[in-house]
Amino acid sequence: MTAILEISGASKTFTMHLQGGMKLPVVASVELTVSPGECVVLGGPSGAGKSSILKMIFGSYRCDQGQILLRHHDAMVDVARAQPRQVIALRRHSIGYVTQFLRAVPRVAALDVVAEPLMMVGVARADARVKAGAMLSRLNVAERLWKLPPSTFSGGEQQRVNIARGFLAELPLLLLDEPTASLDAANRKIVVELIREKTLRGTAIVAIVHDDDVRAAIAHRIIDVTGFAAAA
Amino acid sequence: MTAADDQPLLVAEGLSKWYGRQLGCRAVSLDLYQGEVLAIVGESGSGKSTLLQLLSSQLEPSAGRVLYRMRDGVTRDLAQLGEAERRFLFRTDWGYVHQEPIRGLRMTVSAGANVGERLMAVGQRHYGNIRDTATDWLDRVEIDRSRIDDAPTTYSGGMRQRLQIARNLVTEPRLVFMDEPTGGLDVSVQARLLDLLRGLVADLGLAAIVVTHDLAVARLLSHRIMVMKDGETIESGLTDQVLDDPREPYTQLLVSSILPP
Repeated sequence: MTAILEISGASKTFTMHLQGGMKLPVVASVELTVSPGECVVLGGPSGAGKSSILKMIFGSYRCDQGQILLRHHDAMVDVARAQPRQVIALRRHSIGYVTQFLRAVPRVAALDVVAEPLMMVGVARADARVKAGAMLSRLNVAERLWKLPPSTFSGGEQQRVNIARGFLAELPLLLLDEPTASLDAANRKIVVELIREKTLRGTAIVAIVHDDDVRAAIAHRIIDVTGFAAAA
Repeated sequence: MTAADDQPLLVAEGLSKWYGRQLGCRAVSLDLYQGEVLAIVGESGSGKSTLLQLLSSQLEPSAGRVLYRMRDGVTRDLAQLGEAERRFLFRTDWGYVHQEPIRGLRMTVSAGANVGERLMAVGQRHYGNIRDTATDWLDRVEIDRSRIDDAPTTYSGGMRQRLQIARNLVTEPRLVFMDEPTGGLDVSVQARLLDLLRGLVADLGLAAIVVTHDLAVARLLSHRIMVMKDGETIESGLTDQVLDDPREPYTQLLVSSILPP
């Protein structure tokens, strides 16, 4: 089957101009291919560059060398060279990203936070809200919280709102950065189920997971990113 | 996506402005598409307000030009427009939100008249319809409809700014220019305004160019960012890319100067 994501020779170095132009190598020569329905977990110690790789795939970090090809409709787009407009389109239709932390928007209700990505691709507000509610219920976010902005929620509740938002849209590639970090065992289990359902429907997933049980439950492959360590 | 969506709404080519020997901005180029929000960030004196005035045809450039795709789909050089066409843009197809609401409102007439005036400028004459639309817009910007007959002099700063936004959006413009729209407002008032703007821009599919020195405003509202310093563009790109992975020394300084909340 044709790949969803093909990274080759991708390298990233930060240049810290405020520290006298110090170079901070992050990763070098990253090679990674992910097929539909596959869940790849990035392994390696903290600071090895796992999150940076996800941010490069999503386009939040620039990529200095190499290419990051991503399937968008019927074509492959190189995120490393794409125009901002193309990246915005990619994020709407082809790639999702669930981080550990919710970037809360003031005053927007949890239900609307979750429903927003569906509305961006043209789903009517009422339908999107029904789907958002179902997802929040599944993740055990109490209905009395749905109308409140999540900025006042606990860490675990915020994370579940974030997961609901990230998992609701059907995108071909999903990036997960510690999606279960502040969840209890019952909710971790639900997230594992959600991930399995996604891959069964053909979604490709690249994840960072520190919890051994979760990793064992979801990973089809584990890629040790210390192999992409940049020479300092 | 139709073919028209693939054409930029507004294109600036090599815009420069000199005030005598004083540089306003130099060789700025950009394009903006329908539904896209561009933030222009930089400190006072960086040329961002000059640029906004050049883009919105309020200042004449010393060099370069601005192209705009009119409602009929034809892209025109703004400098070549006749006075009537220019007026049409200002009254209907564009909005301009000033930092000080006083500059964008008529302070001595009622809130309803402030909103209704723009409708009359585009030919609406039916008093009842105009009042209904104005009332609807007061609702949308969260101003109590019982205040419709009060003049903005009786409004708070945040309400005035929301009224200015209603006045601008009532004609359903395709492009809105905003000059420090949250400047001078209390933080809690800012948050409400930002949330409102974010919702309206998304619902109406507006294109917008927002000048701000506040990177948090840029993060919340914009898709793309342009960083200006000493009249020139020094870095531009996706908002999260520029803020999370700033490349230029000056951008790194700006980003690192923000206190985390």
